[in-house]
Amino acid sequence: MFTRRDLMRTAAATAILLGSPAGLRRAAAAQALTQDDLLRFDPLGQVTLLHVTDVHAQLMPIYFREPSINLGVGAVEGKPPHVTGTDFLTMFDIPRDSPECHALTNVDFVDLARTYGKVGGLDRLATLVNAIRAERPDNTLFLDGGDTWQGSYTSLQTNGADMVRAFNALKTDAMTAHWEFTYGQDRVQEIIDGELNFPFLCGNVIDAMWEEAVFESTQMFERGGVQVAVIGQAFPYTPIANPRYLMPDWSFGIRPELVQEHVDNARANGAEVVVLLSHNGFDVDRKLASLVDGIDVILTGHTHDALPREVKVGKTLLIASGSHGKFLSRLDLEVKGGAVTDYRYRLIPVFSDVITPDPDMAQVIADIRAPYEAECTRVLGQTDDLLYRRGNFNGSFDDLICQALLEERDAEIALSPGFRWGATLLPGQDITVDDVHSMTSITYPNAYRMAMDGATLKTVLEDVADNIFNEDPFYQQGGDMVRVGGMGYAIDIRKPMGDRISDMTLLSTGEPIDPARNYVVAGWASVNEGTEGPPIYDVVSRYIEKHGTVSVPENTTIKIKA
Amino acid sequence: MLDTQETGGTSRRRVLFSLGGAAAVATGLTVVPGLGPRLAHATEAEVTDVITEMLGEMPAEGAISIDLPEIAENGNTVPLSVEIDAPMTADSYVQDIMVLADGNPSPRVAQFHFTPMNGKASASTRMRLVQTQNVVVVARMSDGQAMMASKQVKVTIGGCGG
Repeated sequence: MFTRRDLMRTAAATAILLGSPAGLRRAAAAQALTQDDLLRFDPLGQVTLLHVTDVHAQLMPIYFREPSINLGVGAVEGKPPHVTGTDFLTMFDIPRDSPECHALTNVDFVDLARTYGKVGGLDRLATLVNAIRAERPDNTLFLDGGDTWQGSYTSLQTNGADMVRAFNALKTDAMTAHWEFTYGQDRVQEIIDGELNFPFLCGNVIDAMWEEAVFESTQMFERGGVQVAVIGQAFPYTPIANPRYLMPDWSFGIRPELVQEHVDNARANGAEVVVLLSHNGFDVDRKLASLVDGIDVILTGHTHDALPREVKVGKTLLIASGSHGKFLSRLDLEVKGGAVTDYRYRLIPVFSDVITPDPDMAQVIADIRAPYEAECTRVLGQTDDLLYRRGNFNGSFDDLICQALLEERDAEIALSPGFRWGATLLPGQDITVDDVHSMTSITYPNAYRMAMDGATLKTVLEDVADNIFNEDPFYQQGGDMVRVGGMGYAIDIRKPMGDRISDMTLLSTGEPIDPARNYVVAGWASVNEGTEGPPIYDVVSRYIEKHGTVSVPENTTIKIKA
Repeated sequence: MLDTQETGGTSRRRVLFSLGGAAAVATGLTVVPGLGPRLAHATEAEVTDVITEMLGEMPAEGAISIDLPEIAENGNTVPLSVEIDAPMTADSYVQDIMVLADGNPSPRVAQFHFTPMNGKASASTRMRLVQTQNVVVVARMSDGQAMMASKQVKVTIGGCGG
């Protein structure tokens, strides 16, 4: 059997034979990459913060393509994280075809994925975390930004218990949350009371009736003789972006004044470093940092951005650690006289093939998956094309989901939510039950089929577009545009709400969408209680099994004016 | 954010109860029902009409603290708190706070009356917002001076975030 190293050597040999300098450079780079390279860090100060976020229940290594389009509007236009592809390489001075190029951008994705292999896997993550802990035993805090318990077959089957077990085993120090709440408020409470070994911090969640705190907001830690306060900030729009009936008694919101109150309390209680462990989304956190005094570090999450350097707002450092277990952030802080005086940061890509899996965590994962392994790895079909999700307007896996909805639910138009989670499949790969669940595994999966008039369809598109392209980030929810099948449209992202969408066209006839006519629309992930229909993962699985090999043509049905 | 929690040992529950008590003593509170029989929605012009009818002219923007969500979790019951940092003395105090919504069928949401005995010009209520719109708050002082502020609240169809 070939090891990864053998494969890389073969690739290098092939490159020499083909006389491709780019291929040779790439293969040589891949061969040179080692676990020690990933861990290399000149330690600084007393405190080491380790951060992962938006793991979306990915226990195993995956491929994950970063977006080719991630537009920002207003003040953040063209600023990180709204930079992609070769512009990203230029901005951060990253050589093309390097490991960082592959980890951080979509550039040459398929080629580089075949060179550098998969990313993530919690047994690899455990190796890195344990190595850093061993080097900095009294200095390290390992923090999880949430969206951890949702996104896989096993997490759905166990109501999140698999991920709770895995993150207990990682000796996590604290977490905050978003998709966690979609297991329902009773299950969340049950996990906190009986399964979770570390604090669940959500300072911005209050009782909807009495407006009292529901969760702990802050946990104080001593690391390297320094008092570090970690304040948790859950996703502010959970009951809007997800079904409110799943957490009916809890109210969320950004609540900057409340964040300030938590920071002031932490300082009054002796905190020398204040960390906001946030699920706000990057642009929301950038604005929040300008409104709240006294936060040293915001560990951002929700919008799945991976940035190789910190972004500074005033004295506050913003860190963006990516998603799906693909990255581990390490931020070392030097603290003198009760203030952060220096820092050093590295976003560590978790290249699965060059990291030795931690045996204990590998065993935990094997135990978790054992009852479901046969079903998870069941092959449904193959893909001819690259299947991914990230992108403001469409992703090829979403196009596949829309194809499945149109055919299986006999609809004229399909709508698929603009979620940002889900792994990537390379051309020629098998599609397994695991892979379908990585894109669809939610607790409100019913694929509805309903009549919707053209005017309502326009309202839906306008509403979602404003959630992404409102110039004030506090009005954004952090997803991407709803994906559409069977219908094309044009969008001008700089227009105000109500004026962005035009030229809506029914693709089957080429006719403009009639505001007064009813269309048969199929979709999934409705936030309304009592939505009926088969679970989306069954719809998609059936479609793939029926077709055997799926292909997704390039999506040219959306015209973007930006 | 309002006096939501943990502050000074006074829970939100107690604050709400004590507000009810205070209202009986010092605050006259009139809530105009938000939904009338009309189907049309109010407009910015209608809000302007209501304000000019009360004050004679449109006041300047002023320092009114409005606590409203940017995006409503439930348009049927949107929590609102308003506070004006002004001395409440017999010589000068906030006399009225009026709340208007430019996208509801009727623009009038609530009007709060104060006296110096209130000590602080603040009020909380919940309102129904039928669609995305601006909530406008107007404050009138005892000397006739007035100011206004507004905030947009989105009422969305939900879904698709994350």
